[in-house]
Amino acid sequence: MSNWESVIGIEIHIELSTKSKMFCGCAVNFDSPPNTNVCMVCLGMPGALPVPNQQALEWISQIGLALNCKITENTTFARKNYFYADQPKNYQISQAEGPVAVGGYLDIQVDGEEPHRVFIERAHMEEDTGKSTHVGSTGRIDSAEETLMDFNRAGTPLVEIVTTPSIKTGAQARVYAQKIRETVLALGVSDVKLEEGSMRFDSNISVNRPGEELGTKVEVKNMNSFRSLERATDFEIARQIAALEAEERLVQETRHWNEETQQSKSMRSKEGSSDYRYFTEPDMVPMVLDSEWVGRAQAALPELPHERQARYEELGLDAHAASVIVGLEPAYGLVLEEAVGAKADVRLVGNWLTQDVTAWARSEERTLDSSHLTGTGLAELAEMVSGGKLSATAAKKTLAGVLEGEGTPGEVATARDLIQMDDLGAIEAVVDGLIAEHPDDFARLVAGDGRVTGFFVGQAMRATGGKADPKVVNHILRDRASV
Amino acid sequence: MSAADLSIAEAQAQLASGALSSVELTEAVLARASMTEAQLHSFLHIDHAGARAAAEAADSKIADGTGGSLAGIPIALKDNMVTEGIETTCSSKILSGWVPPYDGALSQAMKAADAVMVGKTNLDEFAMGSSTENSAFGTSRNPWDTDRVPGGSSGGSAVAVTIGSALGSFGSDTGGSIRQPASLCGIVGMKPTYGLVSRFGLIAFASSLDQIGPFSRTVQDSVSLLEAAAGPDKMDATSYKGAYPNFGGSLGKGVSGLRIGVVKEFGGEGQEAGVTARFDATVAALEAAGAEVLEVSLPHAKYSVSTYYLIAPAECSANLARFDGVRYGLRVDGETVEDMMRKTRAEGFGPEVTRRILLGTYALSAGYYDAFYGQARRLRTLVIRDFATAYETCDVLVSPTSPTTAFKIGERSQDPLAMYLSDIYTIPSNLAGHPAISVPVGSDDLGLPVGFQIMAPALGEEMMYQVADAVETLMGRSPMPVLSEVAS
Amino acid sequence: MTSCGYCALFLVLVLVLVLVVLGAVNSVPMAIEIDIAHVARLARLGIPEEELAAYGEQLEVILEHAAAVQGADTEGVKPTAHPLGITNAFRQDEVRPSLDRAAVLEQGPDTTDEYFRVPPAMETE
Repeated sequence: MSNWESVIGIEIHIELSTKSKMFCGCAVNFDSPPNTNVCMVCLGMPGALPVPNQQALEWISQIGLALNCKITENTTFARKNYFYADQPKNYQISQAEGPVAVGGYLDIQVDGEEPHRVFIERAHMEEDTGKSTHVGSTGRIDSAEETLMDFNRAGTPLVEIVTTPSIKTGAQARVYAQKIRETVLALGVSDVKLEEGSMRFDSNISVNRPGEELGTKVEVKNMNSFRSLERATDFEIARQIAALEAEERLVQETRHWNEETQQSKSMRSKEGSSDYRYFTEPDMVPMVLDSEWVGRAQAALPELPHERQARYEELGLDAHAASVIVGLEPAYGLVLEEAVGAKADVRLVGNWLTQDVTAWARSEERTLDSSHLTGTGLAELAEMVSGGKLSATAAKKTLAGVLEGEGTPGEVATARDLIQMDDLGAIEAVVDGLIAEHPDDFARLVAGDGRVTGFFVGQAMRATGGKADPKVVNHILRDRASV
Repeated sequence: MSAADLSIAEAQAQLASGALSSVELTEAVLARASMTEAQLHSFLHIDHAGARAAAEAADSKIADGTGGSLAGIPIALKDNMVTEGIETTCSSKILSGWVPPYDGALSQAMKAADAVMVGKTNLDEFAMGSSTENSAFGTSRNPWDTDRVPGGSSGGSAVAVTIGSALGSFGSDTGGSIRQPASLCGIVGMKPTYGLVSRFGLIAFASSLDQIGPFSRTVQDSVSLLEAAAGPDKMDATSYKGAYPNFGGSLGKGVSGLRIGVVKEFGGEGQEAGVTARFDATVAALEAAGAEVLEVSLPHAKYSVSTYYLIAPAECSANLARFDGVRYGLRVDGETVEDMMRKTRAEGFGPEVTRRILLGTYALSAGYYDAFYGQARRLRTLVIRDFATAYETCDVLVSPTSPTTAFKIGERSQDPLAMYLSDIYTIPSNLAGHPAISVPVGSDDLGLPVGFQIMAPALGEEMMYQVADAVETLMGRSPMPVLSEVAS
Repeated sequence: MTSCGYCALFLVLVLVLVLVVLGAVNSVPMAIEIDIAHVARLARLGIPEEELAAYGEQLEVILEHAAAVQGADTEGVKPTAHPLGITNAFRQDEVRPSLDRAAVLEQGPDTTDEYFRVPPAMETE
């Protein structure tokens, strides 16, 4: 593997969450019954004309700025000509020369690696296609008897983001795609749900020996999760290297990833690229995105993920926790900020959010939003830990209770009897009692066997119903043992 | 004299005074159509019931003074204009039987004006042609000589107005498809500045060149029709939303002191003697009436036909890609969807349309784009500059509309190149997006009409109509063909 | 190699260079030959084989005439987007009523109550 370089470019398509379609006033709605959000324009009927959605242009400008791109001052639409049943006009209105955004970058960091800059070649505006459902004996395209067409999705605004071939590994590809998703979520311009297709990606991969020219490029499609993007990309790199080392010739082609078999299969030969016969769209006029336009888009940018990350780290969160929270739904950030505002220990809060709350959300299939947890609550909880009222374990149980709506941390801890004993004398009495009950074990402790400590601490927790602070118990034990 | 022989202005006066009702007028027009259609075939569809109902409704509105600008006036629309609930075919098998579920902008404008739509007229298939012979449903015939073409592509709309089967009609002009048939039929036909009339609902041929425009028997009528049709439209991104010209504001002012440029390149070779004679006579009359006549040059005019025959097919190859048998129109079954599309399109499109799609596809394809389509687009800018230079010294430019009068049916249909050259004087205005009008100025020795073309700068309709009106006054209003000759 | 051989090699190289220069200057071949079957495929026109050749010839004649455009000097000239220089024709992001589904499906040559039906796709673009 070390005597090969891999060259990867990623294309990401993002459906914008505008109310209406890109070129007509039909509603954009994933859940609508088939063919109920269609009109003469998005059905490509004779005499229909496209008129561009200003909101979509504003939003793609924001995406471009968030990716450090330059916004093209004079930009136009172009027709990309190809015949396909899901493309009503048999051309897609897209952009060829002079797309809205060019020449940007996104900095990523794979866990355990150095930061890496991915260069963005362009981001352009286009329209999505309709949906085909293949109906046949197995439901798969190659055994279909007929195809059912639904044009609800046709004409949905689509942003295509294309990197230069500046990605090197499957892991980088995954992190890049995740960071794009975070950024777009932060902008609020798409719900970027992979499972609904509002975010899709394709990977372009080639390998070459160092110093030699670029190898044959293969496109891989049908990766439906970030993990499969990573795996499919790595699979392709390995496949190409194996082929070349066996002196086989690679074909420029498109391959489909199969998540079940964890392999890709060739779909069609891309001998040369398709002749799309691009030409400037004559049914629309040029768009001048001048400095005023760019200024408004810039001003409309919310805080971007990398800016939030930096801010959380400044608050005291470690880089990993900060990055996790930035990648979660906005509620996590809001709760964190509220807690910090209430003077909570940021590390405690960060851990609870990134570990306990996310685990609860996953297992209960709930969201933080829908729970009763607030930042003030977390601050109260943190105060109880710092103040010795709750052990770490007790705090976790209290948190679970708060998430379930049992009350504030104070109320939950009291109700569940989790509050630690703060009566030193009582704890000492318990420990002394245990020492008396287990003289042999105590003798081993005195002799220096540290493992016995755990036994005594465990016993002390049982005797006190978990309410003795293990640290205090430890301290008392050491004290008694050193006598 | 039948009411079908009235001009729109004359009919409006009689409707206003109560001397005539729209129902009577419409019946006269429908009767004229019945009498002449077998011979002339100008309509693909006559909406008898709809027209009568519209006429009745118009009469009520005229009576209570709420009628629109064309209230009660029978008009016809070229069948490449979408009309809700009324079959729209573009004279093509691929749309035969297609009934649109929506109304195009012009149809809506005509309803808003309370006009009475008589029906949809014949055209060259998808507006591609200069004779109407490319219609999949039979050619229309020139009322002056039924062995000859009426011109195209808007032949049906021209014939209807010429013979009185409508008082006014609309066609579309991409390379001359209104002006040339107007010239060959002896009526007034004009193409507005690109962007003044919405293209929403005009089934696209060449998006950057197509414009809807009116046919009429008089210049005043042309103004009335254009006023009802023109206006900004949110549904068309290329629609002009600035200040519109006052189209008829200078009618009757004459040409004294105006500078009229005769385009040097639009003469000589290929021009019939009869056409030259009428053209020269008109220019002389204008000069006698006080106009200053100059010779001007449009140096890139010699490239205009080639430029047009690269741009138009390129755009049409994409515009017609939507006709694939999936969502509407003809479908010929196939085992695969690709097969179905190939068969549907092969059967649905006629030879001229097929030719232009092939031409356009080629001109856009990899390796040829820059030399053909790219070069043609750059040439358009040079044509615009030529006009700009000419308009530094002239108010309007003039030429014959067509190098010839109506040619015989079948004469050019086997020679695409010869057919394309019919548009040599009209194409430059489409390339530039400028307004231009053809006014009838008499006929040749065979009695075939000759048209005089007046071109103006973008948004220069007021000046264009001023000169057109003067020409009409000086040269006399064109007669209508004598019915008995036609009916035989 | 003999000196004669070097001479020949040199001449061949010069010839190749000349042809390359000529080729670069003249980006379109002198006579236009069209792969009409390929163009018909791109345009999804199932023209019967026996008609293809005729279309090809007609196209070649028209294109040879149209190729006249290459005689014009358009150095530095940009295309004109719209004769009235219109820019920024946008619409607001507002939902407008869609067409009634039944009316839409009625247009279709082959439909169910909810979908348009087409034969399966075998080739892909």
